[in-house]
Amino acid sequence: MAIIQTTNLQYTFSKGPELIFPSFQAEENSELLILGSSGTGKTTLLHLLAGLRKPTSGEVEVNGVKLSSLSGASLDRFRGKNIGVVFQTSHFVQSLSVLDNILLAPYFSNNKVSKSDAEKMLDRLNILSKKNKKTSTLSVGEQQRVAIARALLNNPSLILADEPTSALDDENAKDVLNLLREQTHALKAALLIVTHDNRLKDEVKQRIELTASNR
Amino acid sequence: MKIIFIAWKNCWQKAGATTLTLLLLSFGVGIISMMLLLENQLSDKFNKNIKDIDFVLGAKGSPLQLILANVYHIDAPTGNIKVSEAQKIIKNPTVKEAIPLAYGDNYEGWRIVGTTPRYAEFYEVKLKEGKVFETPFEVTVGSYAAKELGLKLGQTFKSNHGLDKEGEEEEGHDQLFTVVGIYEASGTVIDRLILTPVESIWEVHNHGDHEESSHAGIVSAEEHDAELAHEDDHAHVADTLNNDHAHEDEHMHEDEHAHEEDHEVTAYLLIKRLPMAPMILPQLVKNTNMQLALPAIEINRLNENFGIGMSVVKAVAILIMIISFLSVFISLYNALRERQYELAILRTLGGRRIQLFILILLEGFFMVALGLIIGLVLSRVGITLLSDMAKDSFHDEFNAMIFLPQEYYLVGITLGLGVVASLLPALRAFFMDISKTLSND
Repeated sequence: MAIIQTTNLQYTFSKGPELIFPSFQAEENSELLILGSSGTGKTTLLHLLAGLRKPTSGEVEVNGVKLSSLSGASLDRFRGKNIGVVFQTSHFVQSLSVLDNILLAPYFSNNKVSKSDAEKMLDRLNILSKKNKKTSTLSVGEQQRVAIARALLNNPSLILADEPTSALDDENAKDVLNLLREQTHALKAALLIVTHDNRLKDEVKQRIELTASNR
Repeated sequence: MKIIFIAWKNCWQKAGATTLTLLLLSFGVGIISMMLLLENQLSDKFNKNIKDIDFVLGAKGSPLQLILANVYHIDAPTGNIKVSEAQKIIKNPTVKEAIPLAYGDNYEGWRIVGTTPRYAEFYEVKLKEGKVFETPFEVTVGSYAAKELGLKLGQTFKSNHGLDKEGEEEEGHDQLFTVVGIYEASGTVIDRLILTPVESIWEVHNHGDHEESSHAGIVSAEEHDAELAHEDDHAHVADTLNNDHAHEDEHMHEDEHAHEEDHEVTAYLLIKRLPMAPMILPQLVKNTNMQLALPAIEINRLNENFGIGMSVVKAVAILIMIISFLSVFISLYNALRERQYELAILRTLGGRRIQLFILILLEGFFMVALGLIIGLVLSRVGITLLSDMAKDSFHDEFNAMIFLPQEYYLVGITLGLGVVASLLPALRAFFMDISKTLSND
């Protein structure tokens, strides 16, 4: 069974263009790159996939559950449990430490994840030594690792990454991509990366190009 | 990890704004709570000490001063009145009881009051140890005075002239007062007085030379002259004192120099027997140099004047509190703008709208609750400082460690308004469009 499947997704902004997205699906242990220059609705698509925004028409199915059948708190919970999202620039709760920040993921999705599990995750991403630091004291690369740790801590079956590398230099970008891939395989999840970062083009075989003609 | 924990941490993330809010709120709450405590205890003291005293009969002067001096013992007396002259008032059938008060001396600044045992009985003050004074130069000491002066049963001391310690030391008398009893604490004025028979005061001042009588309003100027005149006559007049404390006067006869006619007291506390007393008694003091003051009326007048000041202070405190609530609102609202991504992420992680709502509400609540606690502590510190001042100047103190029912209202209203101030920011967090927020990256 496909982890994620979309059919005839469309989104129309109230004062804007109508976006029509190609249908696709992703299996476990698969990687899918969604490419497109700015204005092609990449972020909108990612938000539709994560259930952060409702499509005008069409359907997103995650683990066999139609997102349109969920609403409000149950959608929030479902997202928290099944979908890990990594954003372009990482936002954290400024007042909390690195460890507490990644523990927010299991807390808000009602998942049982112990502190030592969280520390193991930080260890895997090579940032265990920073666990008691405030996130604002970390470098951009380190922050992105924390964001990945947070997205993965709930063992999601779908990992969505929005421009995870575009703010990073070559070395860090490569690191982050490798980490995402490793963890995807470790979790037997599906990895979807939305980006305009051409550095990733050659790395991932399976890809969808969003173009202005999709509008 | 709990929302409470996140909210608590968030409060301190923006320490500057939080500190400002706390400062404003704690001052507002502190001032209001202090006013409440002060008002409550002052009116408590005033009411307790007025008890059933209907009139105070004393020398002409300010009626308020007469009341303050003789009911509360915090002001200088207006002067003295002659016992003989007072008879027609205190013997009037409308008067149920008259308790004499005679000032003149102090011990270490604590007032020695010549009176009858009825004075303490009237306030329902019980003995803690020893006995009630009977003969001249026996004293029974109020609990607070005894504690502060370290007076024990059987101890003797010499009195000083006047009502204040200052500058009178060298003119002390030779007679020794003996402590024969100590009263229990009562919360009344008795606590801070040293009580002795009226005769003690008379004897002290008859034995000395008459210049002393100019001290501290023991004898007013006119009466001074009159007294001298009587001294020349050496008029020995039979005992005309048949009022309630007459049985006390037996001891006095031992003193050959006692001139009952000339004896003076500072005031009489009068309790009326008949309701028409207020109509009849004022007629009797006309054309004398005495006056009748009504404690209830004078204290009302004092409260009114006090009240205006208190109201102004309270208004200022309420204004400070309003500003502090605005500050809570503004700091949360501003923080919301900076923290919108942070909140959107929490939603992405599975957080529900209601959880964000509670988070923001809790942040506001913490700030207000903390300000409230600091404010209530501040007011107690303030009252303690004030109490120390009152101790020095009035030998009285305030209790800082009580919690008034009105303060429950203060707590309730403050917390309620705190919630109201954080409601709008919390609602904004509740209705936030996470997708839009995250797209603004």
